[in-house]
Amino acid sequence: MRLSRLSRTTLGIVTGVILLVVYVPLFVVLVNSFSTSTSLTWPPPGFTLEWWGRAFQSAGAMEAVATSVQIAIIATIISLALGTLISLALQRFEFFGREAISLLVILPIALPGIITGIALNNFFRTIMGVPLSIWTVVIAHATFCIVTVFNNVIARLRRQGTNLEEASADLGAGVWTTFRLVTFPQLRSALLAGGLLAFALSFDEIIVTTFTAGSGVTTLPIFILNNMFRPNQAPIVSVIAVVLVLVSIIPIYIAQRLSGSEAERR
Amino acid sequence: MTHATVPRPRETPARRVSVFLSTHPRARLGLLLSAPLFWLGIVYIVALVLLLVTAFWSVDSFTGEITTEFTLDNIIEVVTGSLYQTVTLRTLGVALAVTLIDVALALPIAFFMAKVATPRMQRILLIAVLTPLWASYLVKAYAWRSVLSQDGILEWLLAPFGGSTPGYGLPATIITLSYLWLPYVILPIYAGLERVPDSLLEASSDLGGRTWPTLRLVVFPLVLPAIIAGTIFSFALSLGDYITVNIVGGANQMLGNLVYTNVGAANNLPLASAIALIPIVIIFGYLFLVRRTGALDNL
Repeated sequence: MRLSRLSRTTLGIVTGVILLVVYVPLFVVLVNSFSTSTSLTWPPPGFTLEWWGRAFQSAGAMEAVATSVQIAIIATIISLALGTLISLALQRFEFFGREAISLLVILPIALPGIITGIALNNFFRTIMGVPLSIWTVVIAHATFCIVTVFNNVIARLRRQGTNLEEASADLGAGVWTTFRLVTFPQLRSALLAGGLLAFALSFDEIIVTTFTAGSGVTTLPIFILNNMFRPNQAPIVSVIAVVLVLVSIIPIYIAQRLSGSEAERR
Repeated sequence: MTHATVPRPRETPARRVSVFLSTHPRARLGLLLSAPLFWLGIVYIVALVLLLVTAFWSVDSFTGEITTEFTLDNIIEVVTGSLYQTVTLRTLGVALAVTLIDVALALPIAFFMAKVATPRMQRILLIAVLTPLWASYLVKAYAWRSVLSQDGILEWLLAPFGGSTPGYGLPATIITLSYLWLPYVILPIYAGLERVPDSLLEASSDLGGRTWPTLRLVVFPLVLPAIIAGTIFSFALSLGDYITVNIVGGANQMLGNLVYTNVGAANNLPLASAIALIPIVIIFGYLFLVRRTGALDNL
């Protein structure tokens, strides 16, 4: 199949237009963060830096960011461990119930968040009698983050095969040594990609969080939800959004560089 | 020629465990699976099953406490109540529309990225697709509220041409949800297209296949599992959403809203669980239908 010049150009234009539309709302958010209007009117009536100043002095916002980062880091670490274990089990072994387990991993993300949310809320509060806290959020987040690690790692394991591991075993390395020196280094970039996605998923989650967070726990999405409709806070939310997008370019860039350099080596 | 001998490893306890594990694959499997199954089984499955059980209980209207006696009342109410039927159909319609729109938008982008763009361009486009994912979901929904409002940018852009913004309502909900889930649909389709070897496309061309037949007969069957994987995201995520519809949907309610009000304001967890069964059944049905296509390996 050779695409004609015309169809290549058309595809390019379609892609460009869609991506342009994708960035319009983000652009509006950027402009709103400098707008003197608090009700997001367009075109913006005037320019101000007030919101940027206030956002960085807002203790609530800073605390919310810290809480979210904390939760996302712990949830990511747990899901990295559990996701790697499951992918090793499902990729390296044939056994009864294998399909069921892979469905089980996908389920927390495939079922609507509100169902996961009320199920866990009910489980923690009425069944276990545990008060909701930051840890109940971590447990909930880790549960649905496993799938991103699982997907990345299992795809890598599938591609890699077992030759190197068998060679390592033939040369006398034990199970641990083989994992540490052969399997793990090959998984490293898959773990990074999966971990980044897990972090992003946890950092932005609102629905399950609403149902599993204790009363004093304010993650960034909860902070945003609480402040979005307050006229004097809404522009601060825009500032936070702009900063998040700018900061996020760094991990995305790193992940891209890693997968890019790997593709060249292959 | 001399032979280097491999020194015998020392007999440490760790070594003994390692030897045991390498000769007993089942033990190795058990060890690998125990922690994740414990987690998913205890935390998730137990919680989910208990929620489903709750659907067969009821709330004492006098005390507000849950009575743990088996009853089908909630299920019957949800299945026969006209409110629930209307909202279920509306939610399904929104989820299907969002899914169709997202696939239609994702296919050309993914194809351009995977098969036309230069490697450098590919990387830039991938970053361009991924970046919006990091802007908060809430902020993006709110941005659409601002875009679609009566004095928003859309009205400002369309007014000179005699158009106007659709305002808040179901169309706004569909637009916003399509926007939110688009990257989740692009990524699996892009990955699927990347895996289609160029040599197959060349072979098709050498055998006289023109562009459309090649796309239809060679590319499409190969990426179908990836497309379905993408639809699982957009469909499932739309089916349970209640926040976007609150922000841009006007007075419209989706299934998620009904669940939410029954958990919160109405304090009727049994009824909420019964309503929650609707999307669970729909999604299980969908997953069951697409299981054979291998879509679940493409998520």
